[in-house]
Amino acid sequence: MESLYLLVPVSVGLVFLTGWLFWRALHSGQFDDLERPAQQVLDDDH
Amino acid sequence: MPACFHCGLTVAGTGRFCCAGCEAVAGAIAAAGLGAYYETRTTPALRPEPLPEFHAPKDLTESALILERVRCAACLWLIEQVLRRAPGVKRADMNYATRRAQVAWDPERTSLGEIIGALRAVGYDACPYDPQRQRELERTEQRAALGRLFVAAFGAMQVMMYAFPAYVDEVSAEAMHVMRWASLLITLPVLFFSCVPFFSGALVELRQRRLGLDTPIALGMAFGFGASAWATLTGSGAVYFDSISMLAFLLLGARYLEAEARRRAARALDPLLKIVSSSGILAGQTISIAPGERIPADGVVTQGVSCADESLLTGESRPVAKRAGDEVAGGSVNLEQPLVMRVTRAGADTRAASIARLAERGTASKPRLVDAAERVARHLTWIVVLTAAVSAILLGDPWVAVAVLVVACPCALALAAPIVLTRASGALLAHGVLLTRGRALDVLTRVSDVVLDKTGTLTTGQLRLGTIRLFGDVDETAMLELARSLEASSRHPVARAFPGGATHSVVTPRNVPGQGIEGTVRGRRVRIGSEAFCQALCGVPPAGPAHPNFDGSFVFLADEKGWLAAFELEDTLRPAAAAMVAGLRRAGIAVHLASGDRPEVAAALARELWIESCAGAMSPEDKYRYLEGLQREGHVVAMVGDGLNDAPVLARADVSFAMGGGAEAAQLKADVVLMNDSLESIGTALRIARRAMRLVRQNIGWALAYNALALPLAATGFIGPWEAALAMGASSLTVLLNALRPLEQPEWKASTSSFPSPSASYS
Repeated sequence: MESLYLLVPVSVGLVFLTGWLFWRALHSGQFDDLERPAQQVLDDDH
Repeated sequence: MPACFHCGLTVAGTGRFCCAGCEAVAGAIAAAGLGAYYETRTTPALRPEPLPEFHAPKDLTESALILERVRCAACLWLIEQVLRRAPGVKRADMNYATRRAQVAWDPERTSLGEIIGALRAVGYDACPYDPQRQRELERTEQRAALGRLFVAAFGAMQVMMYAFPAYVDEVSAEAMHVMRWASLLITLPVLFFSCVPFFSGALVELRQRRLGLDTPIALGMAFGFGASAWATLTGSGAVYFDSISMLAFLLLGARYLEAEARRRAARALDPLLKIVSSSGILAGQTISIAPGERIPADGVVTQGVSCADESLLTGESRPVAKRAGDEVAGGSVNLEQPLVMRVTRAGADTRAASIARLAERGTASKPRLVDAAERVARHLTWIVVLTAAVSAILLGDPWVAVAVLVVACPCALALAAPIVLTRASGALLAHGVLLTRGRALDVLTRVSDVVLDKTGTLTTGQLRLGTIRLFGDVDETAMLELARSLEASSRHPVARAFPGGATHSVVTPRNVPGQGIEGTVRGRRVRIGSEAFCQALCGVPPAGPAHPNFDGSFVFLADEKGWLAAFELEDTLRPAAAAMVAGLRRAGIAVHLASGDRPEVAAALARELWIESCAGAMSPEDKYRYLEGLQREGHVVAMVGDGLNDAPVLARADVSFAMGGGAEAAQLKADVVLMNDSLESIGTALRIARRAMRLVRQNIGWALAYNALALPLAATGFIGPWEAALAMGASSLTVLLNALRPLEQPEWKASTSSFPSPSASYS
């Protein structure tokens, strides 16, 4: 049970880290177009 | 230090405003008697910035404006009021979904610059619709929504992890304490970042003293979080952080999908609206269009041969050939070769612009069912809040109130129907069917009888040469050449049945209106026209076995010696006419033909198409009475006409279709305009309408059943906050996903059953 005192704060930290990473991805335009890039791979001209 | 009355910034000196700009804006709002804005707004306005230079073409009379800084419903009201009160503004409609305002004005009294100035005076930036700018706005909005959704999703997942052990096993008090604190920490961003839209929405509703969809949710969340946080701080009582964050995630997910669907529907109109605001091009100009370029205005081709894709306007994806003299429509795409065109109509006068206007207006009127559902939703929120209060007092458990507030799902009633409607009108437009009144969608599903007009509806109204009967020993080709030569000088519709131009030179052609044409060809006087006209020349009535059986329209050819030929003229039947009638009959809809033409002609056509009831020689008044008779017998009647000559009859019908190919869509007084003139679209319209209304009915049925079941269970304490959050979130997602189901069968499936069958029509 003692491990909880370490693991729970670590998990909280991880959540906020993930949130920050997502935030950066979002604002770099990663999620602006969710359809075209998927089809672009199939496009021969590309 | 005091805050600025208008924008909320700190005021440096004395007084109520931070700057002259804010003071002017507030003054303008107050002077217009629109002070209510300050009472209902949720956020302070932004500080006005100096007006940039703006040049608008002088003769523009209508434009789509994008509005920035629109924050809440109060803004919407304010903008509409300001626009409508501005001098010279004829019409102003604001669309919250697309953040666009459609403004029409009198160029004598005001200008676009002045209107934008008036909007700026109350603190909103407006600019003529520009797809680039619109995309920019959409992107920031979508990013914010996705950010909120992600935070809620990840938070909900993590909080669930902390809550899970307590649900399945005994956990020591210390471990529980640690996990509660961790849950609290993670729920903080979920509540104060992700859930901001719910709280600001609830605040608006509170200020406007009405109960909307956001109030119960915000109340439930705020109370649930407050009580859970208190329990964590004091180390006693129950916590429901997991329920709160899960509810936030499910609701935000539903809203994200809704916004996405709305954006997609709005985007369908984008290319059309681009035409409205394409400034700089004026009627009378000559412009060249490169291949692949979108044609920016209506006009006539003066040089070049190419073809154009007019699918945006007609839903027809097959390219249409264009050569010098042909008309091209703004919004279509030039496909092959460069074209030079003379602009006849630009901007707001174009066909594309009027279609966009009608389509936007069409979504404003809602089917009766949807109106009723929205009213019920408004009452439901009151019932929910009262039930929550009463049951909490009676049972002595505040968590019951949270469960009741959370479990109720009025959004299923109020939210999902508009999406289906917007999607339906978008899907119809893609097929070249323009819905000018959303209310008609409802009626379309109940149609029992279709009354068809003949000329211009079942037929194209363009005459075509049928059989040729010859009198005596004459050559058919020679007679045709003679007829063509005579008709070449005429502009009468009959002349179009004789295409190809003159092969002989006609000396002194004389056109007798309503009778025919006389001319001298190679020294021989010939006449083409009605029987009487020709008889006057040759002296004897037409006789012999060649005397035709008169059930069509005939044009005669004669010279001084005698009769030469009789040409039968047929009105070209539209290609899909027979298929449409058959399809309607299969769908259990009675088909009637009401024609102004001679009874024999109408009867012959009815026989050909298997139409059971047919009436000829009908004046518009007769048609009107015919419709009334059907309606008195309890039939729901759809009338299909050309939309110009039969406008009163169309207005009498329960739902009206107009063939809109040739005419200006806005002039057609019909609920549904078939822009590609294709009769098959009637079947498409019925099919999409039935499907859309079925989805609406399913959603409303689901919402009523769900709320009727869940509310009593929550009020009696059978459902706790945890189950309530799950049920409510799942319910609103279900309704939304149902609303997003396809409105059409995939093409391979649709080909086998192009009309709705009666058995599958209602649910």
